Amino acid sequence: MIAETQTVFRLSSRRKAKRLPWWLSAAVAAIGLVVLLPLAALIEIAAEGDTEIWPHLIANVLPASIVDTMALLAGIGIVAGSMGITTAWLVTAHRFPGRGILVWLLPLPLAVPTYITAYIYVEVFDSAGLVQTALRGAMGWTSRGDYWFPEIRSLPGCILVMSAVLYPYIYIAARAMFLTQSASMLEVARTLGASRIKLFRIIALPLARPALAVGVSLALLEALNDIGASEYLGVRTLTVAVYNTWLNRGSLPGAAQIACVMLAFVIGLILLERHGRRDRRYAASPKRHRTVHPVPLFGMRGWIAASLCAAPVVLGFVIPTAFLLRETLRGRLFDQFDAEFLAHFMTTIGLSVVATCAVLVLAIVLVSAARLSKNSLTKGSLFVAGLGYAVPGTVLALGLMTPLVGLDNLIGTLWRSLTGERIGLLLMGAAGGIVIAYVIRFLSIATGSLSAGLDRVSPSLEDAARTLGASRREMVWTIQIPLMRPALASAALLIFVDCIKELPATLLLRPLNTETLSTLVYTHASRGRFEDGSLAALVIVLVGLLPVIQLVRSAEARPRVAESTDSSATSSPVPVEQS
Amino acid sequence: MKVNVSFARGLLFGAAALGMLAGSSLSASAEEVLNIYTTREPGLIKPVLDEFTKETGIRVNTIFIANGLEERIRAEGQNSPADLIITVDIGRLAAAKDYGVTQAVKSEALEKVIATYRDPEGHWFGIALRGRVVYASKERVKQDKITYEELADPKWKGKVCIRSGQHLYNISLIAAMIAHKGEAKAEEWLKGVKANLAKKPSGGDREQAKDILAGVCDIAVGNTYYVSLMLNGKDAEQKKWGEAINVILPTFEGGGTHVNVSGLALTKNAPNKANAVKFMEYMVSDASQQIHAEANSEYPIKAGIKIHPTIASFGELKADNIPIAEIAKLRKKASELVDKVGFDQ
Repeated sequence: MIAETQTVFRLSSRRKAKRLPWWLSAAVAAIGLVVLLPLAALIEIAAEGDTEIWPHLIANVLPASIVDTMALLAGIGIVAGSMGITTAWLVTAHRFPGRGILVWLLPLPLAVPTYITAYIYVEVFDSAGLVQTALRGAMGWTSRGDYWFPEIRSLPGCILVMSAVLYPYIYIAARAMFLTQSASMLEVARTLGASRIKLFRIIALPLARPALAVGVSLALLEALNDIGASEYLGVRTLTVAVYNTWLNRGSLPGAAQIACVMLAFVIGLILLERHGRRDRRYAASPKRHRTVHPVPLFGMRGWIAASLCAAPVVLGFVIPTAFLLRETLRGRLFDQFDAEFLAHFMTTIGLSVVATCAVLVLAIVLVSAARLSKNSLTKGSLFVAGLGYAVPGTVLALGLMTPLVGLDNLIGTLWRSLTGERIGLLLMGAAGGIVIAYVIRFLSIATGSLSAGLDRVSPSLEDAARTLGASRREMVWTIQIPLMRPALASAALLIFVDCIKELPATLLLRPLNTETLSTLVYTHASRGRFEDGSLAALVIVLVGLLPVIQLVRSAEARPRVAESTDSSATSSPVPVEQS
Repeated sequence: MKVNVSFARGLLFGAAALGMLAGSSLSASAEEVLNIYTTREPGLIKPVLDEFTKETGIRVNTIFIANGLEERIRAEGQNSPADLIITVDIGRLAAAKDYGVTQAVKSEALEKVIATYRDPEGHWFGIALRGRVVYASKERVKQDKITYEELADPKWKGKVCIRSGQHLYNISLIAAMIAHKGEAKAEEWLKGVKANLAKKPSGGDREQAKDILAGVCDIAVGNTYYVSLMLNGKDAEQKKWGEAINVILPTFEGGGTHVNVSGLALTKNAPNKANAVKFMEYMVSDASQQIHAEANSEYPIKAGIKIHPTIASFGELKADNIPIAEIAKLRKKASELVDKVGFDQ
C-alpha cells in the first residue's frame, strides 16, 4: 500500500526532500485511506455479483445511454464552457453598460442546486408551464399542436438547465486567469493591431485553457453524477442505468459494476486532463503582471456584450429565484418558517460548517506535507483526495455505510466494556456519517485550490527561511499557511456552498428526525408537490449567496492587492492546478 | 482577516447546532419510542403518526429515505435503530424481504383485515391501495371505458403520455401485464404503447395531466391519488390540471384494475418490537384507516371505510386478480423489457 512506500525519496532539482515526521506521514496515509474507503467498498460490492447483467446491458442499455451521456457532457462542455469563457473575457477585457453589476451577478447561479433548477424549468417552460400557457392565452392557440416551442423535457433542455447553473465553475476560473495574467500580452497584441475577435482567439482562449479544463471537468463531474435533473427531464444517462439496475432489477452488485466502469472512465479522464496540462503553468511566473486595462465597447456593441453577459445570469439565477419567490408568496409558504424549520436550517449550517472546517484542516495537512516532502506517499494521497469528487453522492454513501457502522460497532463495544451501557450507532446516529461523506466528496476542492496557491509561491521563500534556521513547524505556520490564506478562504466558501446543496449522501446517511434544507426540498418533490418546498429551496439559494458574494469580493479585490504584494494574489477561487 | 472571524463564528454556530442534534438523539432513551424508516415522505403519514402518539404515548421518530433504505438497515445490522419499514410498491416490500432485513409478524388483528395484500409468511402487510389508471382529456376523449391493452391500439397514435417506463409504478404495471399475457405478448404491447407516445417519457404523473391540459396528448397513465392532490389542493393552477381530465379505471382483458400497495414491514433487529407491532395493528384500526384515506386519498385496505369523495367519484374499483406477490417476481423482467423495446428512448 501507499503507507509502505513512504521511505522512497525523490531529490528535487533544487533542494533535498526532507523526511516527514512519522505522525505526519501517518496522518497523510490515513486521509488517503479514508477517501479510498468508499471506493474499496464499491469494488467489493461489485465483486459480490456475477456478470449476468452485462449481456442485457450491452444489448439494450449501454449503446443508448452512452450516446445520451456523451451528448449531455459534450453539450454542457460546449454551452457552459462558452458561457463561462465569453462572459469572463467580456467583463475583464471590456467596459460596457452594466459591467460593474454583472461582475457580481455572474457567479451567483453557483448557489442554485441543479435538480431544483430542473423542476423550476419544467414549471416555467413546459407545455402547461407559465410561459406556454401565457402564450396560448395571448395568441388564441388552443393546443400544443398549434405552435412550435422548444421542448424542455429533452436532452437539449437538460443541457441548457445544467449549463445555466454550472457555467460559474468555468467563469470563476477563467476570470481569475484573465485578471492576473493577460495584461502585458494583451497590450502587446493590441499595439500590433490585433482585432478584438483575434485577441480573444489568440490570447484569451489559450490563456483560459487550464481554467477551462478545471472548470469544465468540475461541471462535467457534477453533470455525470446528477440523477434528479436528468431523470426528470427524460435523459437516460449511465447514472440512470445504475439506478435502474439497482432498484428495478434488484442488483446492487450489478449497479456497482456499472459505477466502477464509470469511475474508471472518470479517473482516466482526470489523468488525461492532468497530463495535458503538465508543464503548462501560466501562473508560475513570480513576477506580477499588471491587470488588464478594459477597453470600452460603445453603442450597439456595448449592449450586445451586456446582453451576452446578462443571459446566463437570467437563466441560472433570475428565473429560478424569481420562481421560488413567486411560489413562496403564492402558496403563503412563509408559514412554514417555524421552530422546526429553523432547526433544519441550523442542522444544514452546522453540518456544512463542521465539514468545511474538517476539509480545510485535512487539506492543509495534505498540501503542506506534500510541499515539505514530495514523496510517493504525499503525492499518492493528494491524487486520491482528488478522486472523492468523482464519486456520485449515492455511491459514496452506500460505500461508506458498512465501514461507518463497523467503526460505530467498535466504539459501541469499547463503550460497553468500559461503562456497561449500550450507545447504539454513534457516528450514524449523530450525523457523523454525513460530515465524513462531505469531507471525502469535497476534499479535492480544497487540495486543488491550496496546491494551486502554494505552487505559485516561489520555493526561494522557503529556502530562505530554512537558511535562516526555521524549523518545519515554523515553515508551515509562518510561511505556508499565511500564503495559503486567500486560497483557503475561497476553497472554504466553495465547499460550504457545495455542502449546503448536497443531497444524495445527506439523504442516505442522516439520522432519525434530521432534515437539511436540501432533504426538505426533496421530500416535497418526492410526493409530487415540488412547489411546497420553495421556501426551503429559496433559503438554500440565499444562504449559498453569502459565500458566493464573499468569493466575488475577494476575487475582485485581489488585483488591486496584487499591485503591492507578489504572493497573496496568486490563487484562483477554483482549483486551477490540481497537481 | 475578515473571513476567518466570520468563519470562527460560523464554527461555533455549527458546533452548537450539532450539539443540539446529538443531544436530541441521545436524550430520548427513557421514554417509549418507535423508529420508522420510510420511503414515503413523512408528511403523508404524519396525521396518523400524531394520532398514534396521542393514543399510546409512544414517540415516533422517522427518517425518509427514498432509495437505499434496505441497504442502510442491512449495513446497520444488529445495532440498527430501525423498527419498522413503511414503503410504497409491492416491489419494495418484496425486496425488503429478499434482502433479509425484515421478520415475520403473527397477528390476528392484521391477518383478519388484510386478506389478500400481505406476504404469506407475514413479512409485510399492505395498509392502503392506489390504482394505476388512465387520465383522459375531458374535451377530446369521449369513451368512459378502456383496457390496458387498448393503450397499444394504433387509434391512440401520438396521443399517449406516460412517465419513465423504469419508474417503479410503471414497472409494476408492466410486470402485471407479463403476468396476464406472458412475456412475448407483453413485449408486443409495450412496443405498441411506445409507438403511441406523444413524447418521450419524462416528468412525474402530474406532468402527464398537465400535458393533457396543454393538448400534448389525450390520454395518460397515472396514479389515482395525484388527481385528488391536484383537485383538492389550495392551488388554483393545479386545479386546472385536475379539471382537464377524467379518470377512467382501466382493466386488463379478463382482469381488473392494476393496484399497488403501501405497506409495513417489521425489521429483523427491531429494538422496539412491541411498539412496532402495536403500530402495525393500529394502522388497520377504523380510525387510522379513515385518517389515512382522507389525508392521502388512497383506497383503505379495510372494508367499510369511507373512500375519499374524489377517489370515489372515479367509480367502483375492481382490483386485478393476479396476486401481487407474483407481480413482484416479474419486476426484473419488466425492467428488462422496458430497456429492450427502448421505451424511454
